[in-house]
Amino acid sequence: MSSILHKIVALVRIAFIVVIVLSCTSFILAQPDEHEFKKDGESWQEEIQQEEFNAGDMIIEHITDAYEWHIITIGHTHVTVPLPVMLYDDGKFHFFMSSVFNHGHDDYKGYSISHHEMNAGKIVRKDNDGNELRPDLDFSFTKTVLAIFFSMFILIFIFISVAKAYKKREGKAPKGLQSFLEPIIIFVRDDIAKASIGEKRYEKYLPFLLTVFFFILINNLLGIVPFFPGGVNVTGNIGVTGVLAAFTFIITTFSGNKNYWKHIVNAPGVPWWLKIPVPLMPVVELMGVFTKPFVLMVRLFANISAGHIIILGFISLIFIFGEISTGAGYGVAVISVAFTIFMDVLEILVAFIQAYVFTLLSALYFGMATEEAH
Amino acid sequence: MSLINPGFGLVIWMTLAFGILLYVLAKYAWPAIISSLKEREKSIEDALLSAEKAREEMEKMKLGNEELIREAQDERDNILKEARALKEKFINDAKEKAQVTADSIVENARESIESEKKAAMVEIKNIITTYSIDIAEKILREELKDKKKQKAYVEKLLSETSLN
Repeated sequence: MSSILHKIVALVRIAFIVVIVLSCTSFILAQPDEHEFKKDGESWQEEIQQEEFNAGDMIIEHITDAYEWHIITIGHTHVTVPLPVMLYDDGKFHFFMSSVFNHGHDDYKGYSISHHEMNAGKIVRKDNDGNELRPDLDFSFTKTVLAIFFSMFILIFIFISVAKAYKKREGKAPKGLQSFLEPIIIFVRDDIAKASIGEKRYEKYLPFLLTVFFFILINNLLGIVPFFPGGVNVTGNIGVTGVLAAFTFIITTFSGNKNYWKHIVNAPGVPWWLKIPVPLMPVVELMGVFTKPFVLMVRLFANISAGHIIILGFISLIFIFGEISTGAGYGVAVISVAFTIFMDVLEILVAFIQAYVFTLLSALYFGMATEEAH
Repeated sequence: MSLINPGFGLVIWMTLAFGILLYVLAKYAWPAIISSLKEREKSIEDALLSAEKAREEMEKMKLGNEELIREAQDERDNILKEARALKEKFINDAKEKAQVTADSIVENARESIESEKKAAMVEIKNIITTYSIDIAEKILREELKDKKKQKAYVEKLLSETSLN
């Protein structure tokens, strides 16, 4: 068991290094032009058609949230799914569809989509001095939210039908989807929950671990699909990973037993002068309580975003070279597509690994919180 | 940068969606799946255990069977041996009886032959005696046809006989 774990950890490390190295290079390739953002908002749309291709903008646009779901652009027509915008500003609620912005062209009730660095892509309102202000609260049902609900319904549909299959075919061998998912469920149960939390207490945490695992997995996989309704960078969105990590943090904190808190406040086996008069160890331990979920959040976000950035970087190369000369574009396309396929395959691996790592670490934290004194 | 700046609305929606997902799956999907898995594993384990038990019992029965077969073989051997002994005895008895019968028959036969022989001997003696007397009479008659000879013979006989 532990040897397999070591191998996986080593693999994750290698994958992580590869991702970092590649993402650094693609960031350099994709440095956004400074002057790009200083263009006037009104003429932005027209300008961009004649503007040279900007890989940085394209990539950031693809991996961040948006108020509409852009599917395809044919000529000058943008095919998008408009989504509802909900704002709370100056004590008033505003509801409207994102189509009123005409793909970032127009203003509506003083609100517009910012093109400036800080708030780029977000709804802003201009104050009297011309500064852009974010509305007080922005509850908009964005692209990522739609993707989350989409994956939520898929998961509910899949697992309710699998649960039915288990009830209907009780005691029989699994079949179809059930037999595809069963080894994964058993893997999460035996190698993650049981191994990390322990035989006695694991069952309480199993539903959460399974849900987190499959939620991350399906969103990782859907994120690799390049067209509607996939391709949304859900698990590479820091808000999403933050919520997932917050769930882990809350469950860990609430299931912490006496032993867990004693380890934080008064860690046994540590010299007394590290605790009194300066409570160095308690402060370090308390920081650890918060850094653990923080690391969970950042790891998942960074891994998945980096994967998306690399793939988009390879695709951007085609257009960058295409602008130099059409032939070069086609030439690079061959290499780019080959690399993209390679990265896609790697991303499928990463999708599983990251779902596994997030779930395993969550389970380890639960195990730490519930461990009895020995 | 918008990449590392979580949207407030998104966090709210995400919490809601993930909360719903967790609730629905934890209520309607996972318990059913986990309990069925557990039950199936238990039933498989039970089945394996009972198979093992059955195997052991079979082993035991096989041992018992072998014992039985051996016993049966022993018994058969015994029976055969006894039967053989009995047969031998029967044959011997019969032989003895037959011998005795045959002996007595032979004895009887010999006895009757003996008595027959004696009777025959007596008869032969009688016949021989009669024949001898007849022959002697005929010879004497022939011998003593003329007077001289008769006289000579009487004289001889008289001379042989001493008159005391």
